[in-house]
Amino acid sequence: MSLDTPPRGCSDTPVLKERGQREVFCGLTGIVWLHRKMQDAFFLVVGSRTCAHLLQAAAGVMIFAEPRFGTAILEEKDLAGLADANAELDREVARLLSRRPDIRQLFLVGSCPSEVIKLDLARAAERLNATHAPHVRVLNYSGSGIETTFTEGEDACLEAMVPGLPATQDEGLLVVGALPDVVEDQMLGLLAAIGVPNVRCLPARRSSELPAAGPRTRVALVQPFLGATHAALVKRGAQPVSAPFPFGAEGTTLWLHAVAQAFGIPRDRVEAVIAAPRARAERALATVSETLRGKRIFFFPDSQLEIPLARFLARECGMVPVEVGVPYLHRELMGPELDLLPEGPVLSEGQDVERQLDRVRTAQPDLTVCGLGLANPLEAEGLATKWAIELVFTPVHFYEQAADLAGLFARPLRRRALLTPEAAE
Amino acid sequence: MKLTLWTYEGPPHVGAMRIATAMKGLHYVLHAPQGDTYADLLFTMIERRNHRPPVTYTTFQARDLGADTANLFKDAARDAFARFQPQAMIVGASCTAELIQDDPGGLAEALALPVPVIPLDLPSYSRKENFGADETFFQIVKALARPMERTKAVTCNLLGPTALGFRHRDDVTELTRLLGTMGIAVNVCAPLDATPADIARLGAAHFNVLMYPETAETAARHLEKALNQPFTRVVPIGTHATRDFLAEVATLTGLPLPAETGLRQPWYAASVDSTYLTGKRVFIFGDGTHAIAAARIAAKEIGFEVVGLGAYNREQARPVRAAAKTYGLEALITDDYLEVEAEIARLQPELILGTQMERHIAKRLGIPCAVISAPVHVQDYPARYSPQMGFEGANVIFDTWVHPLVMGLEEHLLTMFREDFEFHDAAGPSHHGGKAQARAETPVAAVDASGGDTSAKMKGEDVASGEVIWLAEAERELRKIPFFVRGKAKRNTEKFAADRGVTAISIDTLYEAKAHYAR
Repeated sequence: MSLDTPPRGCSDTPVLKERGQREVFCGLTGIVWLHRKMQDAFFLVVGSRTCAHLLQAAAGVMIFAEPRFGTAILEEKDLAGLADANAELDREVARLLSRRPDIRQLFLVGSCPSEVIKLDLARAAERLNATHAPHVRVLNYSGSGIETTFTEGEDACLEAMVPGLPATQDEGLLVVGALPDVVEDQMLGLLAAIGVPNVRCLPARRSSELPAAGPRTRVALVQPFLGATHAALVKRGAQPVSAPFPFGAEGTTLWLHAVAQAFGIPRDRVEAVIAAPRARAERALATVSETLRGKRIFFFPDSQLEIPLARFLARECGMVPVEVGVPYLHRELMGPELDLLPEGPVLSEGQDVERQLDRVRTAQPDLTVCGLGLANPLEAEGLATKWAIELVFTPVHFYEQAADLAGLFARPLRRRALLTPEAAE
Repeated sequence: MKLTLWTYEGPPHVGAMRIATAMKGLHYVLHAPQGDTYADLLFTMIERRNHRPPVTYTTFQARDLGADTANLFKDAARDAFARFQPQAMIVGASCTAELIQDDPGGLAEALALPVPVIPLDLPSYSRKENFGADETFFQIVKALARPMERTKAVTCNLLGPTALGFRHRDDVTELTRLLGTMGIAVNVCAPLDATPADIARLGAAHFNVLMYPETAETAARHLEKALNQPFTRVVPIGTHATRDFLAEVATLTGLPLPAETGLRQPWYAASVDSTYLTGKRVFIFGDGTHAIAAARIAAKEIGFEVVGLGAYNREQARPVRAAAKTYGLEALITDDYLEVEAEIARLQPELILGTQMERHIAKRLGIPCAVISAPVHVQDYPARYSPQMGFEGANVIFDTWVHPLVMGLEEHLLTMFREDFEFHDAAGPSHHGGKAQARAETPVAAVDASGGDTSAKMKGEDVASGEVIWLAEAERELRKIPFFVRGKAKRNTEKFAADRGVTAISIDTLYEAKAHYAR
């Protein structure tokens, strides 16, 4: 593994822009992990039965007695103007909050129907704040499919929280992006050992731990889909830290160095802290990547993690990306990643699923990363697949998870070899 | 506006997808925004289908709204036809597209495609999934089925099985076999595995078997009127219903009743080992058809006591209410899952027969449960043959319902040795997997295996205890009662105490109540 930039990365690779049917979730899906991360928040989707059904299907099983999300389903009379939708919404919110006194933050989440009928949830949030503050803070964002794709829902949610963050003049680091608690704790340990001052996370686990932001705040993203939140924080005067994302040993190392550099912390101090976990990660990766080396991989657009993951799999696991599809390409945030991604794959943005399926059938990759709607049909056609949604639901960031991340890609290949040894070379 | 946490049914266009996905040679062009493609995974993941649903989503975005969503639809429909070459297409809108009023039917007609294009009008803000399936199937049948000469031998059509149905695949096999014993062949089974060309020849059959009123009743009524085909009213789930069904078919066709083969359920229910099933209190909830059938089996074929009966699909409210009345009950017609949970917590049944939702409720309340109706999850699409209909269906149902319960002799042993350190009630039925937990040496006061009901408490109603309190020694005695009857004992004792104005329950009250309710 090398930290050098390859002779030619993908920064200048022409991008295939596609327009057509998208086989991607909408931004409402982010609620499935956000409501677990923010333990005193409730997400109220204002939408249709379809929205409720989507959340139920995306959540897989209905494991919660009463989840911290729900849907206020619009009915005929709301649309026909027979009922004042705002009055109805106020009533449902009051009912909900009286039943859940533990809730301190309420997100009104806009959907396709609420956007189309132009239900003004910002004004509704204002009005409800007047009633329920200070016990409950009411915010709003849109997770609609006409505006957001899958992980952009988290971006919209966090962006909505930015104006409410307290101001500060202190120097500090704000890490942005929902991480599993165990990974967040590992990261905080590394940053503390390196000597980064005042590290806070957005989103915080509880509303009482809301981080502050100011001109001496550095902002580092741990997820690649947070462009709007990033821009909102920069607009508040915070200073961005540009780095590859902390996937794999290399990504983690580069991310930590970039953060340390922003605070003027010497490189050798960072090296001293990361030597052991980094060596551990590389050792573990060496074993897992044996299954992956030389295998060709094809990414359907899904979570926006595709480019950083392709970079990790190519540089640290020896895989060969054939096509890397993304829902949308954020040049600024992806710059450091594209510099590192070895030249070769087709970069595609947007989707026409039928044409992309034609390409994957022609390419016959060893592994295809795609959504749940496509996985079994492609398996039935003889292609090994990895469900993309697992990448968002599993701890995959930083050193200790580097091999787990590689393992997510190795498992479908190992499984195939187990079940059909004659098909595997 | 109505707050919903979990839904029993999806939106109506998902019902249309169940029809389209069940059929072959049909394509559905759905005017819908990004994200509505989630519905594909219901079929590819939950049902493990190895093909994508034959659905093209137009995927309009916010920026298209001011511009030209209509052309987007036309392009998508034209491309879908060129790529998939279907025999017929259905076109419609999802909830968002319904609001922008592009008229998919009119737009598709303007394309003048060389195949039948059937427009669907599915009101997303007032109707639900079952309506969507029923209406879609009706529209397809109305558009394609024409009167024609009947087959020489007696044949029938099987109407109603869809994609994502509860055991539809196996029910079709079982009914085909059962009708075969009468010498009746199946002309067309639809929508499952039927092509539009098959729909066109529905009229060749002598009569229709309406398997699932939820998805095919409107089509069956249309065929009765337009093609003069009678349809069967009895849904053959359970031994008695299967016999009634065969009698109904014999009357319709004039054919003699066949000999019964392969039926074991009545003997299993009669065998002495099943004595312990007598009077077990069951709560039944599902779609109307399956709930009504389950209640009949529970009461008449297994000897349970039906203590609650309900359905989530309002379309079947009338027959469900009528059925409930025959068991002396008021039917629970609701699609609010919290309401169902509260009712189950109140009734403290010994067995729940329900859907995927009730499975979760049962798990929380610590009550055994078997699944009888959609919506179901991946584990209810078994690899093995597992019908609900016909005589084999009756056998399958007996096994499925008895399995979650503690078996007869084990029940006695638990009662006799309830203090045994490894043979105690938290260990669960011994034929289920999972490691038995060692019994805590001192019972924890707050733990009650009959299950507290968190959501009901959040509503501020303490369902279980009311005004009556339990004295410590009576509570200890209650804990000695095996878990599978403890809920009933608790409820009976509290009712007994409340009826007599007793506010504190002692050991004597507990046994007075036991004597009172003895049967």
